Amino acid sequence: MIDQITVFLENEKGRLAALAHTIGEAGISMHALTVADTSEYGVVRIIADTPTRVHTILSEKGFRVALTKVFAVEVPDHAGGLATLLDALDRADLNVEYAYCFALANDRAVDVLRIDAHEAAEKVITTAGFRIMRPDELYVPEPYTQEA
Amino acid sequence: MEAQRTDTDVWEEKFFQPEIEKMARADLEALQLERLKTTVARCWEAIPFYRRAFDERGIRPSDVTRLEDLRRLPFTTKQDMREAYPFDLFAIPVDDERVQRLHASSGTTGNATVVGYTQNDIDVWGDTFARAIAQVGGDAHSVLQVSYGYGLFTGGLGAHEGGIRMHSTILPMSSGNTKRQVQMMKDFGVDILACTPSYALLIADTALEMGYHPATEFRISGAICGAEPCSEGMRREIEEKLGVTLVDIYGLSEVMGPGVSCECHYQDGLHVAEDHFIIEILDPDTLEPMPDGEYGEVVFTTLSKECSPLIRYRTRDISRILPGTCRCGRTLRRMDRVSGRTDDMLIIRGVNVFPSQFQEVLASFEEVTSYYQIILSSQGPLDHVLLKVETVPEFDFDEIRRIEDLQRRINSELKSNLQVSVEVRVVEPKSIERSEGKAKRVVDLRSN
Repeated sequence: MIDQITVFLENEKGRLAALAHTIGEAGISMHALTVADTSEYGVVRIIADTPTRVHTILSEKGFRVALTKVFAVEVPDHAGGLATLLDALDRADLNVEYAYCFALANDRAVDVLRIDAHEAAEKVITTAGFRIMRPDELYVPEPYTQEA
Repeated sequence: MEAQRTDTDVWEEKFFQPEIEKMARADLEALQLERLKTTVARCWEAIPFYRRAFDERGIRPSDVTRLEDLRRLPFTTKQDMREAYPFDLFAIPVDDERVQRLHASSGTTGNATVVGYTQNDIDVWGDTFARAIAQVGGDAHSVLQVSYGYGLFTGGLGAHEGGIRMHSTILPMSSGNTKRQVQMMKDFGVDILACTPSYALLIADTALEMGYHPATEFRISGAICGAEPCSEGMRREIEEKLGVTLVDIYGLSEVMGPGVSCECHYQDGLHVAEDHFIIEILDPDTLEPMPDGEYGEVVFTTLSKECSPLIRYRTRDISRILPGTCRCGRTLRRMDRVSGRTDDMLIIRGVNVFPSQFQEVLASFEEVTSYYQIILSSQGPLDHVLLKVETVPEFDFDEIRRIEDLQRRINSELKSNLQVSVEVRVVEPKSIERSEGKAKRVVDLRSN
């Protein structure tokens, strides 16, 4: 499972830019960013290098930020691949809270899924023939885990 | 993470003036009557406002022979005090050597109200605040951190005088520079904090942000908080974060300042300093007395004040007398915590609502912090209520439906409690203004 950075933002002019600036000025690369928005606020989900460090930096800047464990699944390069995965999860009665997709540099694509039943989901995904990606395949992990 | 709370069973009840605080009711009432007669005579002789009011009612000071005669006496209102600006309600001229100090309430809605104090007035005030220090477990060995603002506002110097009378060691911080407040609280071994509840919470949160755990690492054990409402939820939050017993203290500058009444550690009503003040609870419309246990407007008559005595001052605060006696052994009667203020009362779509009611509802949701703000605006002919809340750090906002669900549950709880429909909005942390004095809980943008 990988660490996704989630940020709660009010729908106010310049808030998303302030967020992006904060991460950029720290010299941290972002690999994916999605915004789920309502009329009053948005929830920004980010895959970036050194997520724990990003969490610390954003907290210090006053952002409401959390790290969320999500699945990163390598998507096969044939049509209907994702549907097969979702069918398998559905049959196992596992609820997918949300999902989004992003591309990697080497033409591969990744699906990010939040499913709360971690162990059961892992089993279903691998049994269905999909590969769950490791953090270091997607971003630069922390040099050492702090407070092991 | 267990906060160190003092166990009620082993609590050693302390008294600053046990001979007064545990006085037999008959003796206390005799003392009240004697002092009431003195006060009435002083007002009639020295303050033309009162002489006129007495004359209009055909009353002479000698007509006051029983405590019940108080009900024949005229009222004093905030407006009367404003019109008397600056010194028309003083019983002693301001330049007389006996007058030692002036305090004034903010004049945001008119003239300020000004009160004067003789040395005896200041000592009486200090005595009543010293009782509060004892009620929260403090004594002459205590280090008292006063983080109320010092100045014309009565909070800072009132608490300060309490420390003097108690012979505690006083740390006169005033408000502001919160990190330094925390550092000194820790380094100086402060055991009692006196400030507004919202500032106590800010101090607690700042201490936690600085990496301290005051509940276990600091000596602090008591907090005396007043000057603004504090819900039970907010009280428990401060108590847990600081590791203290928090007592609510009440007072108004017009009547004296903090110390007019204060909770003991049982936190079951505020013991009124009845040796210095007579409390009445009246129906605000008919001005008839309410039975014990029923809510009405709080009215005070001062019994000891020399410079600024007041007869039947209408506070516009809403409270009630709690029937029965308190387990602490004090015979001084208890008033309930102020549930609202006739001034603060919001009329939303024709419904009377107090900000404290919002606070009580929010306290039942562990997902949100104690910081909130109510914003009233007009949507066409209708009032619109927006309630801004902040979630606690543990709240999982990664799923939008959790945020929506929280907003919906708060909305429905408010609707069933207040009969008012409220738009609840979760906002970013710290976007609701923190306060070093009185928190600005309500912003009224309505056109009329």
